[in-house]
Amino acid sequence: MGKSTLFNLLTGLNQHVGNWSGKTVERREGYFELNGRTTCLVDLPGTYSLTANSPEEVIAREFILREKPSMVIAMISAANLERSLYLVAELAALNVPLVVALNMIDVAAQEGIQVNVDALAQALGLPVIPMTASKAIGVRELLAVVEKSLDRQIFSNAQKPEVRSDHREVLSELERLIASHVPQPYPVDWVALKLLEGDAEMLRVMETNLPKPVWDAVYAVTCAHDDAFLAVASGRYEWIGQIIRSAVAHPKVGQVGLTDRIDRWAAHPVWGLVILALILGLVFWLTFTVGSPLQELMDTYLIAPLAGLAGQALSSAPVWVQGMIVDGLIGGVGSVLTFLPILVIFFAAFALIEDVGYMARAAYVMDNLMHHMGLHGKSFLPLFLGFGCNVPAIMGTRVIDSWPARLLTILIAPLVPCTARMAVVAFIAPVFFGASAVWVSWGLILLSMFALVSSGVLLNRIIFKGQRSAFIMEMPLYHIPNFRTVGLLVWQRSLAFVKKAGTAILGMALLVWVLSYLPNGDLNSSLLATFGQSIEPIGRLMGFDWRLTVALITSFPAKENAIATLGVLFGNSPDAGLADALAATFSTPSALSFLVVTMLFIPCMATVAVTKQETNSWRWALLSVLLLLGLSFLAGAVVYHLAVLLGM
Amino acid sequence: MVENVCQLCLSEVHAGDHATVVAFQGARAVNNRLASLGFTPGVPINMSQNYGHGPLIVTVRGTRVALGRGEASQIIVLARAHV
Repeated sequence: MGKSTLFNLLTGLNQHVGNWSGKTVERREGYFELNGRTTCLVDLPGTYSLTANSPEEVIAREFILREKPSMVIAMISAANLERSLYLVAELAALNVPLVVALNMIDVAAQEGIQVNVDALAQALGLPVIPMTASKAIGVRELLAVVEKSLDRQIFSNAQKPEVRSDHREVLSELERLIASHVPQPYPVDWVALKLLEGDAEMLRVMETNLPKPVWDAVYAVTCAHDDAFLAVASGRYEWIGQIIRSAVAHPKVGQVGLTDRIDRWAAHPVWGLVILALILGLVFWLTFTVGSPLQELMDTYLIAPLAGLAGQALSSAPVWVQGMIVDGLIGGVGSVLTFLPILVIFFAAFALIEDVGYMARAAYVMDNLMHHMGLHGKSFLPLFLGFGCNVPAIMGTRVIDSWPARLLTILIAPLVPCTARMAVVAFIAPVFFGASAVWVSWGLILLSMFALVSSGVLLNRIIFKGQRSAFIMEMPLYHIPNFRTVGLLVWQRSLAFVKKAGTAILGMALLVWVLSYLPNGDLNSSLLATFGQSIEPIGRLMGFDWRLTVALITSFPAKENAIATLGVLFGNSPDAGLADALAATFSTPSALSFLVVTMLFIPCMATVAVTKQETNSWRWALLSVLLLLGLSFLAGAVVYHLAVLLGM
Repeated sequence: MVENVCQLCLSEVHAGDHATVVAFQGARAVNNRLASLGFTPGVPINMSQNYGHGPLIVTVRGTRVALGRGEASQIIVLARAHV
């Protein structure tokens, strides 16, 4: 809260977003001018403490200890001072140059909290600069202090909290035991404290660095005091309490803040759901009224003319070059770009919802329901986006803090019926089911949802051994969104999509085109068709002939392709004649089975690409594909034979 | 009028009431997470929202925290008992 705002303010577009090596945590690094000197700024993952409970915390403290930055700016919230100072307590223990930026002074004032900045600085032994980052107030003052501190014109004498009195001896004993064995760059007193806390990471480090007898002694001490964390935390909070008492005036008890008042509705078990439904409805309404038309405009005024131009420019080139460039390359590029309008809207909506502070309420309201599925409240919003398109749904899982829950959500997200799948259903269902097509469609959606929930429950049990992390979620105060932050986020996410997923999609599109073209440009005799014919026995289990199988395979680049492919295979355009041709060729059970398989089939290649992007490995993307492959075939086969049995 | 104060699970505290943390019964990882959020023995808590089912919202050290019902029932507090 506020940290990213300041980072964006200082670095603007001079920033690079990547991942901390080997992790799925975002890393932002940028440059800005500090009085003529180019200064590098790293945005560490936002945390409230530096324990080993989450990768973000380990990343932050490892960076500070190993990279030894010249200055650490601790962004703390005046509206949440007790919590924020906990981080300062942890940072002070690291013995690093520290400056405190006291942000959200305005929000604090709104909630009736008054902070005496000088008293606070005195009590902390650190420079404290009041700020309102969202309005760029206090930034100059902050930079001035940072500069003076770097030039050693200001000295800080950070005060550090002590462990609660009943554990001080134990701490000293630990320090004595490990004194000569602590590896660089860790400070001895800090390591002793972490060991006392039971910090998993430091226990691991010291186990490898201590001679066996010393480690045994240390281990024995930590076991004998395995509830010491409470003492350490209490010690920090006592220290914080004293500081607060000397520097902060709280509102009278009973004064209801703005956040409280909004939460009466937004976090209400019933009204909260209504409000959530309304907000989601609004987002989807936007995508249909703004996004879809934009997509069509792009197709008409950008992609089609481009294809036309290319066709003209290449008119003297061999046919296969024309085909590859126009159909394969430009077609592929087109499919990437047409995602953008919808994606931008979803990214913006998501970023706004999170910046305002509503995201936590949405998760809170849905948590009960999600719990029954072995998921978290925070999984709901990304999954819901899947109804529009699975791609932003998977990218949206970033809001889920726990990695196992995030991974689980990513794996089951493709089961949410997206608009592309529904487009295939919308074309085929009326052909075979006439007036009952609506019921069939609903049935298919329910089937998908059922598959979603069961997969979630099963995967949870198998991969994560049924563990569900505790529901403990901080509810930030509501505040006016910072549109600059939101804008930058949307820009970065969209760019990341185009660069990473886009290249993967393009590659796959070209590959599919090549397979459907070779050896002589006719789809009916292409490599793809041959492949389809060779695996026809598998397809027949689900009631497919080779043409339906090939159509299914081409749905990989984009689900809607299935219809286009059938059109080509039957020598008709999708508008005229295809419907009749299908009705004449395939039985109802086959059609039903095809629809079931389409709904549950492997994610489209864009989805696979973002799965790889978000999980940082092809392994999970592959698992996702295999999972759905097996599920869809099983369901298809069952439905087909059941339908035949029922005499459909 | 005598205030009826006794030990309860946090999940049983009525909305609007105050409570004081006494002890934790849950898993250590959960307790540690709670502790770094500010849930330490002796800390005063205000119950902001509790509808008797589903998760609830408390305010501890000026921070609003949402807790699952299960998690809240593992926290023992001193609070007013409603008969």
